[in-house]
Amino acid sequence: MRKRIGFFICHCGINIAGTVDVKKVSEGLSKYPGVVHSEDYIYMCSDPGQSRMVEAIKEKKLDKVVIACCSPTLHETTFRNAAKVAGINSFQCEIANVREQCSWVHKDMKKATAKAIKISKAAIERARLNESLEPISVPVTRRALVIGGGISGIQSALDLANSGYEVILVERSPSIGGHMIQLSETFPTLDCSQCIMTPKMVEVSKHPKIKLLTYSEIQEVAGYIGNFKVKILKKPTYVDPDKCTLCDECTKVCPVAVPNEFELGLTRRRAIYIPFPQAIPATYTLDINNCPGLFPIACGKCADVCEPGAIDFDMKPEILEEEVGSIIVSTGYDLYGKEEMAEYGYGKYEDVLDGLQFERLLSASGPTMGKILRPSDHKEPKEVVFIQCVGSRDPELHCAYCSKICCMYTAKHAMLYKHHVHDGQPYVFYIDIRSGGKDYEEFVQRAIEEDGVIYLRGKVSKIFQEGDKIKVWGVDTLSGKVIEIDADMVVLAMAMRPSEGASELAKKLKIALDKDGFLAEAHPKLRPVESLTSGMFLAGAAQAPKDIPEAVAQASGAAVKAVNILSQDRLYHSPTIATVNLTLCTGCGMCVDVCAYEAIKLEEGKAVVNEVLCEGCGTCSATCLRAAIKVKNITPLQVHEMIKVALGG
Amino acid sequence: MEEKFEPKIIAFLCKWCSSAGSDLAGVSRMKYPPNVVPITVMCSGSISPNYILSAFKDGADGVLVSGCHPGDCHYIKGNYYARRRITLVKELLEFIGIEPERFQMSWVSAAEGAKYTEIIKDFVKELEPLGPQNKLRSNL
Repeated sequence: MRKRIGFFICHCGINIAGTVDVKKVSEGLSKYPGVVHSEDYIYMCSDPGQSRMVEAIKEKKLDKVVIACCSPTLHETTFRNAAKVAGINSFQCEIANVREQCSWVHKDMKKATAKAIKISKAAIERARLNESLEPISVPVTRRALVIGGGISGIQSALDLANSGYEVILVERSPSIGGHMIQLSETFPTLDCSQCIMTPKMVEVSKHPKIKLLTYSEIQEVAGYIGNFKVKILKKPTYVDPDKCTLCDECTKVCPVAVPNEFELGLTRRRAIYIPFPQAIPATYTLDINNCPGLFPIACGKCADVCEPGAIDFDMKPEILEEEVGSIIVSTGYDLYGKEEMAEYGYGKYEDVLDGLQFERLLSASGPTMGKILRPSDHKEPKEVVFIQCVGSRDPELHCAYCSKICCMYTAKHAMLYKHHVHDGQPYVFYIDIRSGGKDYEEFVQRAIEEDGVIYLRGKVSKIFQEGDKIKVWGVDTLSGKVIEIDADMVVLAMAMRPSEGASELAKKLKIALDKDGFLAEAHPKLRPVESLTSGMFLAGAAQAPKDIPEAVAQASGAAVKAVNILSQDRLYHSPTIATVNLTLCTGCGMCVDVCAYEAIKLEEGKAVVNEVLCEGCGTCSATCLRAAIKVKNITPLQVHEMIKVALGG
Repeated sequence: MEEKFEPKIIAFLCKWCSSAGSDLAGVSRMKYPPNVVPITVMCSGSISPNYILSAFKDGADGVLVSGCHPGDCHYIKGNYYARRRITLVKELLEFIGIEPERFQMSWVSAAEGAKYTEIIKDFVKELEPLGPQNKLRSNL
């Protein structure tokens, strides 16, 4: 059947008409094959402009329309909706971009007009072959998965649960709390971190809508936005949390002692342990990698003394299968480790600590009960050197990025040290002080002015042990002086980096990573909490280094984004997706290999496209040797026709 | 008097980066020669070698393929496939006698309106001394 195409060119005031002879374009195209209506109008996107289009569609019985106007990113939706109002399928409306890609970038009216005609003809050729399509609709599973139980994950989970949605919160360590629960006090208010964190942790454990899975890891993720299927490995703790009374008798008899992760190796723990007293869930875990053996013959002392009989050597790993509609990833950060940062004696000298270890020394519940004591001889350090940007802002050797929080926590460390050791002297080596944030600058000034922290602008060149002192050699670039300090303790503000295993998890989730291995957001400015995979959102330091308020804000943002999905009855997906010509398909599987979304499968020797997973990129189409797979409404035939007219005339 | 040779260029632009970058050139009112007609596709990974050959066959004097920077693909990895494929096409075109200057690939992000402008200006300049492309052209 012969198509009846309508063509409209917008003047956009003088934005288009100033450089493109719109009358000439409209007249020229009125004679173009298939075009039965052609007109120009001063503002096509205005109400009268849209009405003209709607009227023309109805009166002239148009079945396709092309609007030559601004970029489709601006008004494609506007005109497609208008086309729908007029009674034709919205995919029968195409945009010819004659403003951004023509009138605005050229001066010569004759040439710009000729080019506008070519662009318009190309859009007409594309429209001529467009199929009528309806959005693909899928139901929504109204539950969410949150991966990572630090402050971000906890915030997202609580926000979602308080909005009425069921949440599964998965944490790989035995307790939720993340790094925040390890901190002593938080800048700039010096709130006790545990005091503000534990109520949230308890709320998670008591919330009827939250299913908490600790000591658990994501094994497999399949499905798509609104309908993910997740396999979660629940590792055995060998302790029945319902029977355990937290009496602590087991740890007294356990013969094993290994470095305590929660105390960052400053103390040792048993093979059976509770990570910290306020752990949620409040129960013990038997660390199988360090236990002499599960058989009572090998040891079994813990089971012997456990009066309630909570220890169960026969506990097995479980695979739980859950269905969710949306996923929030908040896997947090790790500090740069001793393997990477040997130059400052970290891992070599006992009294060279990282920031988190110093937090534990400051903490009232830490290994020294809040007294600042050197790990080597338990003496109070009188001179402490804090070094900022260790591993950060060092593109040659380490991380190019700024870890963002270290300026603030170093000021806090130096200040709190002074509060603990009144006759002590803290020094801070820094490159710049970056204290952007509410009350942050004032906080740093307070450290300098009220607590007498000496800030030295420069880098440390060498650290070495001499007797019981740690010699710190550096330079103060402001005074030009060489600085030598006989320090009792050195604290390194290590770079933040994505937590261990984050890249493997990202692969399972098909979330992209940025150049530094952090999870990549969909748009750095406008979509900072979305990943590029529909239905998956990012929160906290997994996306980039950030402090607690920023992490909490992003976590709440991610929760709202998830609610956007979960609150829908059905989701709609663009129908411009790949489609297979089964006669031509030879089942070679090349399209399956190149699909970034695993949207294509071979079934009975033919490629089959999952219409919800397919994003319509068309990489499969360019790969197929038989031209058996193509993306609807941007088919090779359409592109060839567009090329022809774009070069003609 | 002989008219000045005006090379005809087809630019295949990915929707998310390069087409948006060329939109930005427009919004910023940068100026470049009108020799290029853009065809926006979803992803540089969807640009089949056939499209490039078609363009030359239909009379293009130059063809530009432009996508998101490596690592920044909107579709995760489509531009990596594009890069591999385009390298092969370039070799094929050289093998069949098309001047290498006639076919270019570039990475233009949505923020690089100025880069797109420079690419088009340079491309036109490079094509002018070559004259019309007649090797693959079928509509002489």
